[in-house]
Amino acid sequence: MLDYETLKIIWWLLVGVLLLGFAVMDGHDMGVGTLLPFVGKNDVERRVVINTVGPHWDGNQVWFITAGGAIFAAWPLVYATAFSGFYWAMLIVLWALFFRPVGFDYRSKVADPRWRSAWDWGLFVGGSVPALIFGVAFGNLLQGVPFHFEDNLMPVYTGTFWGLLNPFALLSGVVSLSMLTFHGANYLMIRTEGAVYTRARKASLIFGTLMLAAFTIAGIWVASDMPGYVITSVVDPGALPNPLDKTVEIQAGAWLDNFAKHPALWAVPGAAFAGGLLALLFAWARKPVLAFIASGIAELGVIGTAGVAMFPFIMPSSSDPRSSLTVWDSVSSHLTLEVMFWAALIFTPIVITYTGWAYRMMAGKVTNAYIETNDHSAY
Amino acid sequence: MITQEVVDLSRLQFAATAFYHFLFVPLTLGLSFLLAIMETVYVMTGKEIYRDMTKFWGKLFGINFALGVTTGITMEFQFGTNWAYYSHYVGDIFGAPLAIEGLMAFFLESTFIGLFFFGWNKLSKRRHLLITYLTAIGSNLSAVWILIANGWMQNPVGSQFSYVTMRMEMTSFKDLVFNPAAQAKFVHTVSAGYVTGSMFVLGISAWYMLKSRDIEFAKRSFRIAAAFGFASAMSVIVLGDESGYAVTEHQQTKLAALEGMWKTEPAPASFTLFAIPDDEKRENRAEIKIPYALGLIATRSANTQIPGIDQLEARAAERIKSGIIAVKALEQLRAKTADDATKASFEEHKADLGYGLLLKKYTADVSLATPEMIAQAARNSIPRVAPMFWTFRIMVALGFSFFALFALSFWYSAKNTFQEKRWLLRWALWFIPLPWIASEMGWFVAEYGRQPWTIFGILPTNLSTSTISVNSLYGSLAGFMFFYTGLLVVEMYLMFKYARLGPSSLGTGRYAGEAAPALKSAQ
Ligand code: HDD
Ligand code: HEM
Ligand code: HEM
Repeated sequence: MLDYETLKIIWWLLVGVLLLGFAVMDGHDMGVGTLLPFVGKNDVERRVVINTVGPHWDGNQVWFITAGGAIFAAWPLVYATAFSGFYWAMLIVLWALFFRPVGFDYRSKVADPRWRSAWDWGLFVGGSVPALIFGVAFGNLLQGVPFHFEDNLMPVYTGTFWGLLNPFALLSGVVSLSMLTFHGANYLMIRTEGAVYTRARKASLIFGTLMLAAFTIAGIWVASDMPGYVITSVVDPGALPNPLDKTVEIQAGAWLDNFAKHPALWAVPGAAFAGGLLALLFAWARKPVLAFIASGIAELGVIGTAGVAMFPFIMPSSSDPRSSLTVWDSVSSHLTLEVMFWAALIFTPIVITYTGWAYRMMAGKVTNAYIETNDHSAY
Repeated sequence: MITQEVVDLSRLQFAATAFYHFLFVPLTLGLSFLLAIMETVYVMTGKEIYRDMTKFWGKLFGINFALGVTTGITMEFQFGTNWAYYSHYVGDIFGAPLAIEGLMAFFLESTFIGLFFFGWNKLSKRRHLLITYLTAIGSNLSAVWILIANGWMQNPVGSQFSYVTMRMEMTSFKDLVFNPAAQAKFVHTVSAGYVTGSMFVLGISAWYMLKSRDIEFAKRSFRIAAAFGFASAMSVIVLGDESGYAVTEHQQTKLAALEGMWKTEPAPASFTLFAIPDDEKRENRAEIKIPYALGLIATRSANTQIPGIDQLEARAAERIKSGIIAVKALEQLRAKTADDATKASFEEHKADLGYGLLLKKYTADVSLATPEMIAQAARNSIPRVAPMFWTFRIMVALGFSFFALFALSFWYSAKNTFQEKRWLLRWALWFIPLPWIASEMGWFVAEYGRQPWTIFGILPTNLSTSTISVNSLYGSLAGFMFFYTGLLVVEMYLMFKYARLGPSSLGTGRYAGEAAPALKSAQ
C-alpha cells in the first residue's frame, strides 16, 4: 500500500498526464477545427480536412472527459470550486463543444452549401473557443481566484465572469490557442497533400511563432511583477485534507521559488522553447511527423511550466489565501486515491495501445480522390 | 446565499438535461448490439444484404450517437457547476466510478466507433466485426459505471462520514461496485435500451413493408428486431421486478409513495391496481386493489410487513430528533470546542446526521427547530404520491404492451407471415416512441422517488447545490433550452430524412428509389 503523501504527489502527476493527453490528442483535432475554414477553400478540401480527424476526434475528446472525471475523483474540492466558480466560462466551453459531435457527423449529410458552411464555422467555434478558455483559466489560476470556504466547506466564488478576462489571462489564452492550433497544423501536414498541405504549413509557421512569443511574454510577466503564493504554516503532507488548516501569504516572485530551489526544473520551460523551435524548424523543412512530436513536447513544457511554478498550489485564493487549494489538502481519501491510481495504471496504457492501433489502421493521406469516391460514407 | 429558488432551478436544469441525455442513451445501448448481431450474420453467411443492413442502421445509429455524446458532456460538467457542495461531499465515492467510466468505457466506445464508420474498406471482415462488438461493449460498460454511481446515490454503501474532511469517504470499493441497487439498475436499464433499439428497427422496417419497398431488407431487419426485442422485453419486466425488490429493501419511502400506501397494512399487503391518490387528504379515491399481491411481490414472503407512509413519517421524526444532536456535535467538532462526551455523542448519532440536515431547509440553527418544523420535515421525507403512483404504472403498463407486441412479432416471424399482417406492422410503427416514454418514466420514479435526498438518507437535495445566483441559473437554463431545442430539431430532421431514404442512402444502387441500379457499383 502506498502512503498518502506519495499518492498525493502521484495524483498531481497523473492529472498532468491527463491534461497533456488532452492537449496532444484532443488538442490537435481542436486545432484542425480552428483551421478548417481557412485551410479548406472549397467543399472537397474542407471534407479532406474534416476526414483527417473524422475517425478519431471522439476518442480524443475522451481525454478531456476523463481529465474532468479524474479531477472529480482525485481532487473533489477543485472540481467543485473551479467548475462552480468559473460557471459561465465552463458553460461557454460546454456549449462550444456542442458543435463538434454534430458538426463532424451532420455536416456532410445534407448537400446544401449554406448548411455545410454553417457547420464548418461550428467546428471552428468548437475548436478555438475551448482552446482559448483553457488558457484563460490557467492564467487565472496563476494569479489566484477570489473564493473562500464557509465553515462547512461550501465553496463560495466572489469574483465575476468579466474579472476572468483580465490581460494576463487573455495572454495565457493566446498561448493555449496558438499552441493547439500549431499542433493541429502539424497534424494536418501529416495527413494531407497539395493545397491544403501548403496552407497548413503556413499556419504552422505562423502559430508556432505566435505561441513562442506569447509564452515568452507571459514568462517575463510572471517573473517580473506577478505575486505568487507561499504556505507559511507547517504542512504535514500525510495529514487528512482540510484546506482551512493552513496559512498562506502572497509574495512577489514566489512562483519562481521552486525553480530557485531546484534549478533542474528549468528544463521544463526549456522543453517548451526547444520543442517549439524544433517544431517550427521541422515544419519549415517539411518533416511533419517530427514537427508533430516536437509540438507535443512543447505542450508538455508549457503545461508543465504552469504546474511546476505553482506546486503545491492548484487553485490559490486571492481573497482569502488560507482557503487556497493545494496538492496536500484538496484530495480524496487515501483509499480512493489508491483505487484510482490502480485504475489509471491499468487502463491508461491499454487506451494508448488501442488508440495507436486505430491510428495505424487509418494512416495515410486523405486525398480529394478519396472524398469523391466515398461520397456517401465519408464525413 | 442559497435560496429555495436556486435549489429548484438547479433541480429543473438537472432534470431537463438528464431527461434529454436519456433520449439518446437507450438507442445507443440497444442499436449497438443489433448492429453487432447483423454484422455477425454477414460475416457468417457472407450475404451482402446483411452488410448493407449494418451500414444503414449504423447511419441512423451515428445520427443518434452524436447527440448522446453532446448531451453526455453536459452531465459530466454539471455536478461541478451546479452541485458543488454535492461534489465536495460525496466526490470521494461518486467521482471514482465516473472517472473509471471514462477510462474503461468511453475510450473504448469512442475510439472504435470511428473505425466502425470509416474502417469498412481498411479492415478485414473479422476485424471490423470485432470493432463493432467492442463499440457495443463500450457503451454497455459505460452504463455499468454510471449506474454504479447512481446506485450509490440510492443506496449509499461502503462509505462513512468524516468530520475532519467534512465529507463522505469510501471505506470499500468492492461494496460500491457490488451494490445490489446498482446491479438491479444496470440490468433493468440496459434491457430498456435493448427494447428501445429493437422497437426502433421493428417500427421502421414495418413502415417499409407497409410501403411495399425494400422488402427483403425490411423483412430481415424485422426478424432480428423481433427476436432480440422479445428477449429484451421479457428481461425488462423480470429485471424491473428485481429493481422493485431492491427498492423495497433500501428505499421504503419510495415504495410507499409509488404504491400509494398511506397506512401500514397487515402482511402481505395488497397491490393497488388503480387509484386517484390525493396528497392533501392523504388517501386514495376509487381504489381497485388486488389482495396480498404487493406483499408477495415486493418482499417475496407472506409475512414481512411493508411500512406505510404513516409509519415511515413517525420513524423519520425520530431520526430527525436524533440528527439534531449529531448536527450540534458536528458544529462543535468543527470549531474544535468538542469534549470527549460530545465526540461520543456524535459517534452515537452520526447515522442520523443527514436527517438533522433536513431541518436546514427550515432553520439555519437546527437546535432552534420547533416541533412543527420537525413534523414538516418528516412529512417531506416522503416523495409526493400522485406523480410517483402514475409514472410507475405507465412504465409497467408499457412494459407489458411491449411484451405483447414483440411476442406476436416473434411468433409471426417464425411462421413467416408477418408481412401480411398489416395491423401488426402498423402497431409496430406507432409504438416507436413509447420505449422512450417508458424510460423517462422510469427515471422519474427512480429520481423523484429519492427526494428529498440527493444521497439517500445522507445528503438533502437542499444542501447539494452551488452558491450561484438565480440570474446565472436562469441564463444557463435558457441557454440549454435554446441549444437543445435547436439540436433536437436538426437531429429529428436528419433521422426522418435518412429513415425515409432507407438503404438507398448507402448509394449502392441496389435499393428502392435509386435511379440507375448497378451503374454506381464502384462504391
Ligand atoms: C444507462 C446509461 C447511461 C446513463 C444513466 C448516463 N449515460 Fe451518459 N452515456 C451513455 C450511457 C449513460 C452511453 C450509452 O454510453 C452514451 C450515450 C451515447 C453515447 O455516445 O454514449 C453516453 C455518453 C456520455 C458522454 C459522452 C461520452 C463520449 O464522448 O463518448 C458523457 C461525458 C456522459 N455520457 C456522461 C454521463 C453522466 C455524467 C451521466 C450521469 C449523470 C450519464 N452520462 C448518464
Ligand atoms: C440519464 C437519466 C436520468 C434521468 C432522466 C434523471 C432524472 C432526474 C430527475 C427528473 C431529477 C430531478 C428530481 C427532482 O428534482 O425531483 C434528477 C435529479 C438528479 N439526478 Fe437524475 N436522472 C438520470 C440519471 C442520473 C444519474 C445517472 C445520476 C448520477 C450519476 C443522477 C443524479 C442526479 C442528481 C445529482 C440530481 C439532482 C439532485 C436531485 O434533485 O436529486 N441522475 N434526475
Ligand atoms: C413490468 C415492467 C416494469 C417494472 C416492474 C419496472 C420496475 C421499475 C422500478 C421499480 C424502477 C425504479 C428503480 C429505482 O427506483 O431504483 C424502474 C426504473 C426504470 N425503468 Fe422500469 N419497470 C418496468 C418496465 C420498464 C420499461 C418497459 C422500460 C423502458 C423501456 C423501463 C425503464 C426504466 C428506466 C430507464 C428506469 C430508471 C433506471 C433504474 O432505476 O433502473 N422500465 N423500473
